Amino acid sequence: MGFILISLIILIGITSYFLGNLRAKNLRTSNQKNLKSLSHYYGYYVALWALVPALLILLMITSFKSFFIEQYVLSDFIALGSYTETELSLLFTQIENTALGIKLFDENTILIDGAVNKLNYINKTIENLTYVTVLGLSGLLVLYSLFNINNKLNSRKIVEKFLLVLYFTCSLVAIMTTVGIIFSLLYETLRFFSQVPIADFLFGLNWSPQRVFVREAGDLDTRDLANAFGAVPLFAGTFLIALIAMCVSVPVGLLTAIYMSEYASPKVRDWAKPIIEILAGIPTVVYGFFAALTVAPLVRDIGQGAGLTVSSESALAAGFVMGIMIIPFISSLSDDVIKSVPQSLREGSYAMGATKRETIVKVLLPAALPGIVGSFLLAVSRAIGETMIVVMAAGLNAKLTANPLDAATTITTQIVVILIGDQEFDSPKTQSAFALGLTLFVVTLALNFIALQVVKKYTERYD
Amino acid sequence: MTDRIEQRINSLNKRLNSEKRFRIYCIGAMSFALAWVLILFLNIFSSGYSAFYRTVIQVDVPFLNLIEDTTQFSEMSSEDINNLSMYSFSKKAIYGLFPDIEEKKDKKMLIRLFSIEFEQEIREFLKSNKSNINETETIYLTASDDVDQVNKGNYPRDLDEDKRRIKDIQLLFFDDLVDRGLVSYEFNLPFLMRGDSREPELAGVGGSIVGSLFTILVVLILSFPIGIFAAIYLEEFASKNRVTDFIEININNLAAVPSIVFGLLGLGIILNTFGLPRSTPLVGGIVLSLMTLPTIIIATRASLRAVPPSIREGALAVGATKMQAVMHHVVPVAMPGALTGTIIGLAQALGETAPLLLIGMVAFVVDVPQTPLDASASLPVQVYLWSESAERGYVEKTSATIMMLLGFLILMNLAAVLIRRKFETKW
Repeated sequence: MGFILISLIILIGITSYFLGNLRAKNLRTSNQKNLKSLSHYYGYYVALWALVPALLILLMITSFKSFFIEQYVLSDFIALGSYTETELSLLFTQIENTALGIKLFDENTILIDGAVNKLNYINKTIENLTYVTVLGLSGLLVLYSLFNINNKLNSRKIVEKFLLVLYFTCSLVAIMTTVGIIFSLLYETLRFFSQVPIADFLFGLNWSPQRVFVREAGDLDTRDLANAFGAVPLFAGTFLIALIAMCVSVPVGLLTAIYMSEYASPKVRDWAKPIIEILAGIPTVVYGFFAALTVAPLVRDIGQGAGLTVSSESALAAGFVMGIMIIPFISSLSDDVIKSVPQSLREGSYAMGATKRETIVKVLLPAALPGIVGSFLLAVSRAIGETMIVVMAAGLNAKLTANPLDAATTITTQIVVILIGDQEFDSPKTQSAFALGLTLFVVTLALNFIALQVVKKYTERYD
Repeated sequence: MTDRIEQRINSLNKRLNSEKRFRIYCIGAMSFALAWVLILFLNIFSSGYSAFYRTVIQVDVPFLNLIEDTTQFSEMSSEDINNLSMYSFSKKAIYGLFPDIEEKKDKKMLIRLFSIEFEQEIREFLKSNKSNINETETIYLTASDDVDQVNKGNYPRDLDEDKRRIKDIQLLFFDDLVDRGLVSYEFNLPFLMRGDSREPELAGVGGSIVGSLFTILVVLILSFPIGIFAAIYLEEFASKNRVTDFIEININNLAAVPSIVFGLLGLGIILNTFGLPRSTPLVGGIVLSLMTLPTIIIATRASLRAVPPSIREGALAVGATKMQAVMHHVVPVAMPGALTGTIIGLAQALGETAPLLLIGMVAFVVDVPQTPLDASASLPVQVYLWSESAERGYVEKTSATIMMLLGFLILMNLAAVLIRRKFETKW
């Protein structure tokens, strides 16, 4: 029904634009009235009256509809008073299924049949009501605004004001997203910390939320909770894998950047730079597949050849592939920074008889250092927040280890492991994922903030 | 004196040598990065191309055994054919390949050379050719995943029998069928059309391609207008004050937030507070739109900034209002840049996986979704799902899915480059 209704509203909107336009033109010719705006602005004016209130009403109806329907259909059951809220929502799903012809249960048949009838009735009524209200409102407002067109009305100003408000609202979406992220993370995290002390989460050495899940049937022992949600192994694993990634990407990325900016001929630059940037455009799930299927077995075979015990989900494989993914971030950022070092510094150094290498290592790099460090920090934040590679190639069990050949798990992996598939929303296990998410959010934000400050300070120095 | 000169020459040589070494390190680093691009692509392509064809086995089906007169099929409706009991008939048709086999166990092994849907395939053949069925028809039936992999040479034959999924007797049957010329390849159209399946030989990417398309469509519808409007406001109308500063900081921060955090937002707010349906492209699209917005806004602002002030001032000078100057003159000039940014943002959204895992787009969906409100997977999620499966047949399917994903991404980026080349004005 939504599709038909929306098409109808849009149709009304288009027609009303032409009506408004026509009426303005008629007024101009017949009455010699001096309208304040161009005719088509009156068209827009009428179309806005036709569309905006109707769409807002429709939005309101669709968002409150399901709540209202549920209350109405379940009123008999609520009156009984013997159902909890979860049971009621389960019941509602069952009633919906029964209405669709899927019969799953046979208790309370009379009440259920009544509820199914009620559901069908209310659905039909609300649909009809929606049509009448929305289309009626739209039509009335078109008429109202058509008759409102006169020589005192400056429709251009109204239309422009509306556009400005619309643009401003759109730019608020960024703020609303941030607020939404902070709100959703903070809300669940606070509920989590009301059950698990924050110190246990930040400094505990044992991470095994699965255990809590199993025991959920019985009463939760607070000691159990404290022992299950120690996030230090995750922090350590994240740090280990990010460190391995940086060990790969920092030298490669930096040397590539130096080659690109100082040695390469424009021709080489023109084809090598885009190719390396392909690495940044490949979806991370592809890296994950590559790490799990090709690199991890390779690392294991090489390790075993050397007589080492290597886990098949070693941190080394995940970190290495992540490092390759990050190379273009470091190389292109550092490239920009090195290139923006003033030419006079290079020339001064050459004039003193320094070789190219000496110029780069002793003059350019120190001068560009803040920017380069900034790019490293951005890369670290990228590595910490990266999900798919570690989900597919790193371990799932939390173990406190510093051995790169061992399996390690990360914050992002655990969020996915906990939240994938169906989850119960009130358990501390689910909430712990949001606490991890908040930690991740804060850390990456702080890293980015510091990185941007460092880069900013540097660019100011030479401007 | 000579000592000194020698010393100088030595030190100069040292410096020049270290210069050479340094240069080699740099070239080495770059080649390392380039080599991994190559390795990655070769690895994916070499393991993925074989998913685009499939093994079929030619079987003679004696329809005369099902019905006395095969012309009668033409009078049957599809429903009648669905009601025909064909299981044992189909099995017998397959036994016809090796009439000498007596033992039940061997017969079972023979049946297992084919996909479990062999009966369905014969039925479909019957339905689409019902007016024109001869007494015996030759039908190409899909081979099972094990046979398919052995035929393509992806599966080692020389393992011990108990370590192998395909048994010795099956290999005997298979080799005999190859000798008789009954085994052949055909283009794997079902792989492109079908939804997911628990059987690798029947699994396809059709469902996830459609899911991805719906998701991208939602992203386009939401983030393109919102992004462009926001950019216009911030670049053209906003006065410099606390609110706009705050918005700017927010946009830059959002661009750096890890994608999985957006998944948590989708789970916490869009699914649990607003109650939108789980696992659907609609919710996936909303979450990815929020992620894509910063990219679009930043790109559009950059291209608005590149429009020279003379255009604005010219419009204002002949009496246009600020809004008219912006909408009629500045925005059209900036549009190619905005479009390029949007396409790049969409390409990012297309490859994104992590947030979709959290909002339940990892469901196992057999049907190809019809609307953005049906549960579905998307291409990258399909890669994740199949890479977790143990069967050998899913490896080539995963690689092939990646090939298609990369193909779409390359097309989108190419489009972005072309738009920029063709329409962008240099001032």
